[in-house]
Amino acid sequence: MTRIKTTLGRRAFIKNTSLAGGGLVLGFSWLNACKPEQAKTMAVLEMPEEWFEINAYLKIGDNGLATIFSPNPEFGQNVITSMPMIVAEELGIAWEKVLVEQAPFHVENYGRQFTGGSQGIRRAWEGLRMAGASARHMLRQAAANAWAVSMDEITTQGGMLHHAGSGKSAHYGEMAAAAAQLEVPEEIELKTPADFNIIGHSKKNVRGHDIVTGKPIFGVDYTREGMLIAMPVFPPAFGMTFKSMDAEAVKAMPGIRDVFTIETLEPDYQRSMFDTTTFEQPIIIVGETTWAVMQAKKALHAQWEPFEARTHTVAGWGGAQEVTIPAGLENTRTHREQMEAMDAKPGKVARKDGDPETAFKNAAKVVERTYSCPFLAHNCMEPMNFFAHVTEEKAELAGPLQAPEFIENTLAARLGMPKENIDIHMTRMGGGFGRRAYSTHAVEAALVSRKMNAPVRLMYSREDDMGFGIYRPSYFARFKAALDADNNLVGYTVKAGGIPESPLFANRFPAGAVDHYLAEEWDIPSNITIGAFRAPRSNFMAGAEQSFLDEVAETAGKDPIAFRLELLEKAKTQPVGETNDYDPERYAGVLELVREKSGWDTLQNKGNRGVSAYFCHNSYAAHVLELSMENGKPRVEKVTCALDCGIVINPDAAVNMAEGAIVDGVGNTMFGEMTFTDGRPDKRNFDTYRMIRMTEAPRDIQVHFVQNEIAPTGLGEPPFPPIFGAFANALYKATGQRQYHQPFVTERPLKT
Amino acid sequence: MAQFTLNINGTSREVDVDPTTPLLWVLRDHLNLVGTKYGCGIAQCGACTVHVGDVATRSCMLPVSSVGNQNVTTIEGLSETGDHPVQQAWLEADVPQCGYCQAGQIMTATALLKQNPNPSDAEIEMAMNGNICRCGTYVRIKEAIKNAASQS
Repeated sequence: MTRIKTTLGRRAFIKNTSLAGGGLVLGFSWLNACKPEQAKTMAVLEMPEEWFEINAYLKIGDNGLATIFSPNPEFGQNVITSMPMIVAEELGIAWEKVLVEQAPFHVENYGRQFTGGSQGIRRAWEGLRMAGASARHMLRQAAANAWAVSMDEITTQGGMLHHAGSGKSAHYGEMAAAAAQLEVPEEIELKTPADFNIIGHSKKNVRGHDIVTGKPIFGVDYTREGMLIAMPVFPPAFGMTFKSMDAEAVKAMPGIRDVFTIETLEPDYQRSMFDTTTFEQPIIIVGETTWAVMQAKKALHAQWEPFEARTHTVAGWGGAQEVTIPAGLENTRTHREQMEAMDAKPGKVARKDGDPETAFKNAAKVVERTYSCPFLAHNCMEPMNFFAHVTEEKAELAGPLQAPEFIENTLAARLGMPKENIDIHMTRMGGGFGRRAYSTHAVEAALVSRKMNAPVRLMYSREDDMGFGIYRPSYFARFKAALDADNNLVGYTVKAGGIPESPLFANRFPAGAVDHYLAEEWDIPSNITIGAFRAPRSNFMAGAEQSFLDEVAETAGKDPIAFRLELLEKAKTQPVGETNDYDPERYAGVLELVREKSGWDTLQNKGNRGVSAYFCHNSYAAHVLELSMENGKPRVEKVTCALDCGIVINPDAAVNMAEGAIVDGVGNTMFGEMTFTDGRPDKRNFDTYRMIRMTEAPRDIQVHFVQNEIAPTGLGEPPFPPIFGAFANALYKATGQRQYHQPFVTERPLKT
Repeated sequence: MAQFTLNINGTSREVDVDPTTPLLWVLRDHLNLVGTKYGCGIAQCGACTVHVGDVATRSCMLPVSSVGNQNVTTIEGLSETGDHPVQQAWLEADVPQCGYCQAGQIMTATALLKQNPNPSDAEIEMAMNGNICRCGTYVRIKEAIKNAASQS
């Protein structure tokens, strides 16, 4: 048991703060519609007559049920189950007595309500535990008062309060009214991991039933009496902007209400990193039905023109800076030439250890390779959409977004309305992957609603969604390794860049394990917009670096796992530099676990397999991937995955997320690619943009976790980046050819 | 605009819509049956899958005028309470991540099992290949289908 002070998020524990927000959530017609279904899954338990609010995270019903509010938005990572599990654990209630609701957006109560960066559980861990533990403390206190005994003698189990001495017992509901009146304790006790009976025990997705029965839980399902449908018409190419249009013919089409342009952001507005610069003056078509608007989109004649280079002020972590968006219609072919030209020049030095020049001069063997990857579109299955109802007094918004906080200021500035008058409701997201950290479409929806003086659902078509940018950037990297006569890695350089940003992490492995090390970077400005995409930058660097190390190990005549472990041992015992950002022991831990679980050393038929390991988002992941060739195409037979993300809250859900990351990685390694011709995205829908499908998915995935009691770190992203390397290394075994430039499976058949 | 009488989930429903409207948008915008999802609009992703008769059909490219009096089943009509064996298998395997594609996946899987109660792995893969799951739950989808097949 650990005693801690209830300082973190203390505002959340001040009573009667949450229901103001909670009431807004319940105002959703579809949430009301869900309630009987949710109650049905509670089997024998009746809904309570009265709820008692203990703090912003939970309320307890007079019959002993608890409703736990999950603070973060949900996009498939299943925090809507795992976050309440943490609260329930410390509350000491049986999981079967818990109902779950999405919390309202209320930063003062919940802290940062952001789904991304694999930070949800990590950052909320302590606050969620405190919420449960302080409520349990108050319930025990209430019982102690009622029974006139010492609180220390009151134990809890499964939502029951017991006093052994007197034999008295009560369920939480019986003490909830009294507990709700008590002061929030200054200090509380947290369980030790050995005593966990919910955390670490798999629970089914609390929204599973809603999903498999088609309940209206997504943003795009939200509807309101009198709601209009709006869709944007964007320029066909990056580098272009609105010139003119012939709106009258379209306005006359049946079911069409209006056609106009909007300015998403005012030109002098100081943007945040999450305000995109994509297509800031879209045409908007508003109508009564989606089909009517889709028809009008096809019929509209609009003229577009190239824009001039322009400069914006963007607030960033390092303070505000001027960012110039270059003019021009860009091409993938020229991108390639630009990147090769930058690669040929010295880059900006990010880190240097020892004397790499001399190390390479004296090397017995040198390995040098280049790697690249294309732009990627997120392609969330639910296209971007948002509901807005803006009146003179207030703005009500509802939709799928990863980070309401990131768009709140923009909405307030653009609508000229104080933040207090803007309500943003978080709906379940049909995928996110980083894309929904950017919610310009919420601003578009708000502007359209204000203009139409009506509730509006603004929706992107698939083509709008795929063509809107915010892509994973295109990257390029050159690696060099120097081996001495004894095949020790004595020198290592990495020079990496991209359009429009560098993917380099100068302090990541094998930095710290090599005496002579150099990391350089460069970038090329572009008007193609980019954004966070599952494990930003890592999603390229891991695959490139881990393919390269495989080749270096081969050149050194060493087993690829043994070679990595040898370097990690050096990083542990004789680290080079002081800014290495990984823990070599935990890194080695996942490699050792994946070696054991995949049968790396013992398997008779070693097959076409590749290994890869990476550290990012505070967690460690290693994969062994085995593939076969079928009709000239690779098929992944099995992936064995080892992860160290500290304590795992909901093991089966964590396995599901790792499986998804692996499938996502295999898909993007094989097919993922967006290209451009004269600024136009060449792919606008799934007929041309190849997504992984079931016939291409791994046949078997086995996920293993390192067991420890470290506070949870990230999980959504870490298993994703290294899969690119494991695939590349296995593909080499299968074909005898190294692949350096993603995607690996194209129209060209792979040689075997 | 034209009047259509549709047989949806065992109920007769009247709509007055543009005859070119795809069934998907009739379901979503006019009948408030929003379990069927828009994903691509060109029959490439399977999110909009419904049954027309017993056949898994992409509703995003099926004009309402060509539905006629065929029975249409959507995810909402698959079972009263979510107790269809395929839905139960989905819950047992805890398949969904974001969940957006899953109604379409379930409708395709249900049609497959009706036609072929004991599909092989290869048959499952081929039948499900038109349904994209961006979250990558394919391993679990296959497991759920196999479990549902073994139950029936």
